[in-house]
Formats: sequence, C-alpha cells, structure tokens
Amino acid sequence: MAVSSGTAQVTLPTDTQILITREFDAPKHLVYKAWTTPELVRQWWTAKRGSMTVCEIDLRVGGAWRYAMVADGGFEVGFHGEYREIVPNERLVSTEAYEGIPDADAHASLNTLTLTEADGRTMLTVLVEHPTKEGRDMHVESGMEAGMQDAMDLLEEVASSLR
Amino acid sequence: MNDLVAALGVAQPQVSKHLRVLREVGAVDVREAGRQRLYRLNGRALKPIHDWVKEYEGLWSERFDRLDEVLANLEEEEDDGSE
Repeated sequence: MAVSSGTAQVTLPTDTQILITREFDAPKHLVYKAWTTPELVRQWWTAKRGSMTVCEIDLRVGGAWRYAMVADGGFEVGFHGEYREIVPNERLVSTEAYEGIPDADAHASLNTLTLTEADGRTMLTVLVEHPTKEGRDMHVESGMEAGMQDAMDLLEEVASSLR
Repeated sequence: MNDLVAALGVAQPQVSKHLRVLREVGAVDVREAGRQRLYRLNGRALKPIHDWVKEYEGLWSERFDRLDEVLANLEEEEDDGSE
C-alpha cells in the first residue's frame, strides 16, 4: 500500500518560472526510472484526469519526447519537446511545448528535473522556465482548465444521480 | 526586522526595501511597538495568488500520488529480484 509522501509544492520564484517540489519514499534511481520509462509514465502522468494516448521517449541528448492524453471530457491535449541534458538518475533537462497554443515551439519552456537522495528518500524538483511571463501564466492556468474539467465531471455525476 | 535579517542572511537595507514593497501592495501589515516595527503577513492579500496556483498544484499532487504507487511496485520488484 503506497503512502502519500505529501502534496506537491508549487512556487513561482520569478515572473517566468514555476518550481515544483515533492519528496518520495524511494531511491532516486527508481524515481528516474518511473519518470523516463513510457510504460511507467503512462501509469501516473494523466493523474486521474484521462487516459494517455501517446507516450514516446527517445532518451538521448537531442532526442524527442511526446505525451498526449484524452481528457475525460473528450478533448485531446498534447505536449512535446527535446532532451537537452541527461545525467542518469540525477538530472534531466528538456524543452516542453504545449500543442494547444499557436506557435507552440516558440513558447516552449525549459524544464530541469533534479533528483537528490538522502536516507533512501528522494527530493524531486522540476524548475520550469518560460521565455515570457505570459507563457508562464498560461502554463499555470492550464492546470486550472484540468481542474475545471474535474469540476464539470463531478457536476455531471451529481446531475445524473438526481435523475 | 532583525529577525528577518538573521533568517534571510540579507543586508538590512534590502530587507527594508522588500518590506516596503510588500506593505505597499498590502501583503504585510505593520505596527509600531516602541522602537520596533512589527510586521504581520496578510494572508487575505496572498489568497488570489494561492487560488491561481492551487489547481496546477493539484494536478501535480495527483500525479505524484500515483507515482508513489508506481515506485512502491518498482521497489517490490527490485526486492524480489535480489532474492
């Protein structure tokens, strides 16, 4: 039985950055494996918000990745990017473009995953750096859309239970 | 003020400058107590930012809760493999 190690901490260190932090009760090589293996990413990346339709990871510098999911509401969202720097089990730098906006690649963020282990536990941080504040703000708000979707689904459930 | 200087390791003029900006936007309240100025965080002013980030944070929390389960399975597999 997995015990939650707490919630994600999201902070906004500067106008163009997002910093995501979370501790895991597992060694860093396993966190890295779960982060970079398609069969495993499929098990966690969509959260409870839909099913993953594409999960491609070409894990080498200059290699591409692409994730897509169909949200429960029926619309598909896709993300892609390129790996820039790879230190196995410790650090992964990649770009990330949200395919839902025009000229996605020009607005891509640079994401740095860092894993540090102490006493068998791993601190994970993801620093997301956008070229502009507008891009950063849209990124934060994309989570809000997903949340809205959850709310709509709940509403639907409630509504049908009233029939 | 002295507490903040000590905790942040930043020079006093810089702490003053930051506190002034925070006071101007209503993120902190200040009151005079003798020779001291006491600052208090104004949670209400920070709530819009919290609300804005909350959904995004929720998405990652859900992802990480599932990642916990993936990791628990991986650890089990690894333990089985080493026996």
